[in-house]
Amino acid sequence: MVLVEGLIGVTLVSAFAVIFAPDRYAGKLATGLSLIPLAGSLFMYANFAGSGNALLGGDLAYETTVTWFEVGGYGLNWHVGVDGISLPLLVLTTILTTLALVSSWTPIDDRESQFYGLMLLLEVALIGVFTALDFFLWFVFWEGVLIPMYFLIGVWGGPRRKYAAIKFLVYTNVASLIMFIGLFALVFGLGDSLTSLDIPAIAQGVRGGELGALAGVQPETLKLGAFLAMFAGFAVKVPVVPFHTWLPDAHVEAPTPVSVVLAGVLLKMGTYALLRFNFTMLADVARDLALPIAAIGVLSVIYGAMLALAQRDLKRVVAYSSISSMGYVVLGLVAFTPHGMGGATFQMISHGLISGLMFMAVGVIYNASHTRMVGDMSGMADRMPWTVGIFVAAAFGYMGLPLMSGFAAEVLVFIGSFQSTVIPFATVLTALAMFGIVVVAGYLLWAMQRTLFGSYSLETDYEVGRAPVHDVAPLAVLLVLVITLGVAPDLFYAMIQDAVDPLLGGGV
Amino acid sequence: MVQLPVWTAIAPTVILALTVLLLLVVDSINPDEDSGNLLAVMAVIGTVTSIAVTGWYLLAGTGQPPTDPVLLFADAIVVDGMSLFFTALVGSVVVLIVLASYDYLADHPYQAEYYSLVMLAATGMSLMASANSLATAFVSLELASLPSFALVASLKHNRGSVEAGLKYFLIGALSSAVFAFGISLVFAAGGSLGFADVAAAAADTSLPGVLGLGILFVAGGFAYKTASVPFHFWAPDAYEGAPSPISAFLSSASKAAGFVLLFRVFVEAFPQTAVAGTIDWVLAFQVLAVVTMTVGNFAAATQENVKRMLAYSSVGHAGYVLIAVAALTTDANRSFVLGSGMAHLLVYGFMNTGAFLFIALTEYWDVGRTFEDFNGLAKQAPFACAAMTVFLFSLAGLPFGGGFLSKFYLLMASVNGGVLLLAVALVVNSALSLYYYSRVVRAMWLEEPDGTLEIQGYPTGLYAAIAVAAVMTVLLLPAFGPVAEMANAAASAIV
Repeated sequence: MVLVEGLIGVTLVSAFAVIFAPDRYAGKLATGLSLIPLAGSLFMYANFAGSGNALLGGDLAYETTVTWFEVGGYGLNWHVGVDGISLPLLVLTTILTTLALVSSWTPIDDRESQFYGLMLLLEVALIGVFTALDFFLWFVFWEGVLIPMYFLIGVWGGPRRKYAAIKFLVYTNVASLIMFIGLFALVFGLGDSLTSLDIPAIAQGVRGGELGALAGVQPETLKLGAFLAMFAGFAVKVPVVPFHTWLPDAHVEAPTPVSVVLAGVLLKMGTYALLRFNFTMLADVARDLALPIAAIGVLSVIYGAMLALAQRDLKRVVAYSSISSMGYVVLGLVAFTPHGMGGATFQMISHGLISGLMFMAVGVIYNASHTRMVGDMSGMADRMPWTVGIFVAAAFGYMGLPLMSGFAAEVLVFIGSFQSTVIPFATVLTALAMFGIVVVAGYLLWAMQRTLFGSYSLETDYEVGRAPVHDVAPLAVLLVLVITLGVAPDLFYAMIQDAVDPLLGGGV
Repeated sequence: MVQLPVWTAIAPTVILALTVLLLLVVDSINPDEDSGNLLAVMAVIGTVTSIAVTGWYLLAGTGQPPTDPVLLFADAIVVDGMSLFFTALVGSVVVLIVLASYDYLADHPYQAEYYSLVMLAATGMSLMASANSLATAFVSLELASLPSFALVASLKHNRGSVEAGLKYFLIGALSSAVFAFGISLVFAAGGSLGFADVAAAAADTSLPGVLGLGILFVAGGFAYKTASVPFHFWAPDAYEGAPSPISAFLSSASKAAGFVLLFRVFVEAFPQTAVAGTIDWVLAFQVLAVVTMTVGNFAAATQENVKRMLAYSSVGHAGYVLIAVAALTTDANRSFVLGSGMAHLLVYGFMNTGAFLFIALTEYWDVGRTFEDFNGLAKQAPFACAAMTVFLFSLAGLPFGGGFLSKFYLLMASVNGGVLLLAVALVVNSALSLYYYSRVVRAMWLEEPDGTLEIQGYPTGLYAAIAVAAVMTVLLLPAFGPVAEMANAAASAIV
């Protein structure tokens, strides 16, 4: 099958077509073209026939392997394919990109063709990250995400955009290099038993105990070092406390549609990589380090929520609460229980949809009012009933209202981590993490009460009316998806479970 | 099929030399007429012919395994995979330079001299790639250097250019003396100049101290030619003052030629086994490589002038290439390690030339030289700026061009040689380099122009050269495999 290649190729060609298109049509053209990968990914979802985990010899769907070239005894292959973990993330990427493109029509009014072209390039790289199974190829896409993002923040962002863009670029690039060194320590440790940089081959080699000593470092120490290097690298991307400081800057300065993709998909790159590399390839090290990792997860939950509580800017509130939500993912992953790991993966999807929805809603309000400060406005519900209605619904989703995807995800994570035999003091840590929900509910209710309800007032000169349909439509679509996944989590959870289970059987 | 005479193996170099003569003849027929077009076209045709012949030889397997290298003129010259590889590299850079110079020199006097000096230097560089004795090495090095001095100073009414030429010349003269002195010491120790004979004599020399000193001095001569520490300090001044196409020429082609000679001399004339009792040059190059890349990168990070930043980054890249000899430890896969440097030089030849030619373009527009002067340039010249972005990210080692893979290859080579310090230095320096390369990108795309800049025209030749360099830089990402294989095969013939 060449579906993955088709997806990547079509999106790449679309990106260049849009860059060379006149500014006036760029937005509509990009949105139209983005429907192709969206349809493609939905087709892949509908006809998904894979089973098991991609790294542990599972049955991959839409797999292709072609040798690219060989360097130093290692073949570099074009190896792509999806399993039950990567396919939901792929679908999430294509859905959010299309919706983000629609939500760009109003706020983006400068150098449009370049903006939409870069958004599509970003999509290419993201599709690549979630489908590539050769480390080298994967790294190309992983780094490829940085450049469009750098420009998207740096050119179209807010007042401090240049600082935010360079901070994002340098921070995440250094993280990538640290991770790169960590993985290559494993590759060289495997020595001659490895003939390619195939991620499944590396994972199976490491799990199969084929790791040898490297430069006098014993295998166990090598594994620990590699684990720490990769964890540090991915932790920046997730981000977990204390590697999170790039995130609020990038989020606040990025234009709304970019924030949507940043929070919705880019952060998931970090947790996806954690799951693939740290928790699959080096699962035994992760089990040994369960307590500190779980503690970091809980710390992110609580500290992120506390930080959100202290913000006045609605966008910052949502940005910091993302750190909190990603903390649940880390906690779930390290639990090493079916519901913990499955729930964490499900939380990636759920948070992608909900945070995208929240950022878009804040963006729509900002488009009209030109402010995001909690104290500057109140009673927006009078003027923008639909937008505010959806915003409130999304906030309840964030708080984990039953029948919405956030509830399903968080309950699964909590059940999983509660049952965990890997994390010491699992019950205490889980209880602490649950406390994060209370804080989330607190700050969201407070912020909504101040800005959305009460009597209308706005401390600017803008006349606020109803948002245009194409601004509200993506919100509605996302809300429907959130509720759908809340009612029927098995749409994704079944295939996630199927892919996660082999991880817990121990050994290959 | 007719078997060509053996001497035709050196045809690529001969064609370059003939082009020089032809240029001079054309100019002497009508010296007063402004014939820039004709001269540039002739130079391009001559170089392209030379590249075509080189490519044919490469494909036909001339002097490459399984046949023996072609030795000419009492073994003074050798034609093998490595010499052809570097002749093609130098030729490609020269084509780009000449294309760009056509616009850059539009109203410039002495065009015939300029083009013939470029071609003469190119002849010297391709001869350096074929040198098989220390005598040829010295002569070809001078043949490449002397025209370069004049070229750097060719903007005669520009004080910076003249100053740069003088500095380049004085340090060049000094290091030539050092190089010659080194050769004389090596000769004193072994009594021969041919690489193979030097190696044979070195093993049982009665004067190991003299030989060791000679090797050290020879290494000094190469450090100058490749702009490596400790003889790198001419590079920023010379590159900054020279006309930008010449900066591109020196920092890409001249550096590559210096490296091929370095590879050959140290691997063939001073193999570790033969000179074991004198000096451990692998260790010396390890120190030089780390210091060179670090000095180059830190200096580049503090510059305010874009061209000077590129000059220091060029020093940094010399440090990366030095990995190819620094990781040449006894238990390394030697052809693999040596090939890494060759592959990086080839990729570097395109991306660095492209970056300097972009500077030439900004000089053509009178944009100014600091980072601030580049503000908002992308609004007026999006294509050139997009190409420059590709060059810079590729130089930094992001996967937007061949630079990513060639740096990765160097990384593998340092690990293969078991010198982890080199690998760490390479990665750390690459991470640092992104900071200063992205400053240019930021200025071009993110900053607002101050409004006074109005771009005058879009010169065809310069644009064509930049476009070709950009396409090659990007193409070397998917097509890196064959290049690496070719470099590997070429290297395997001499180690």
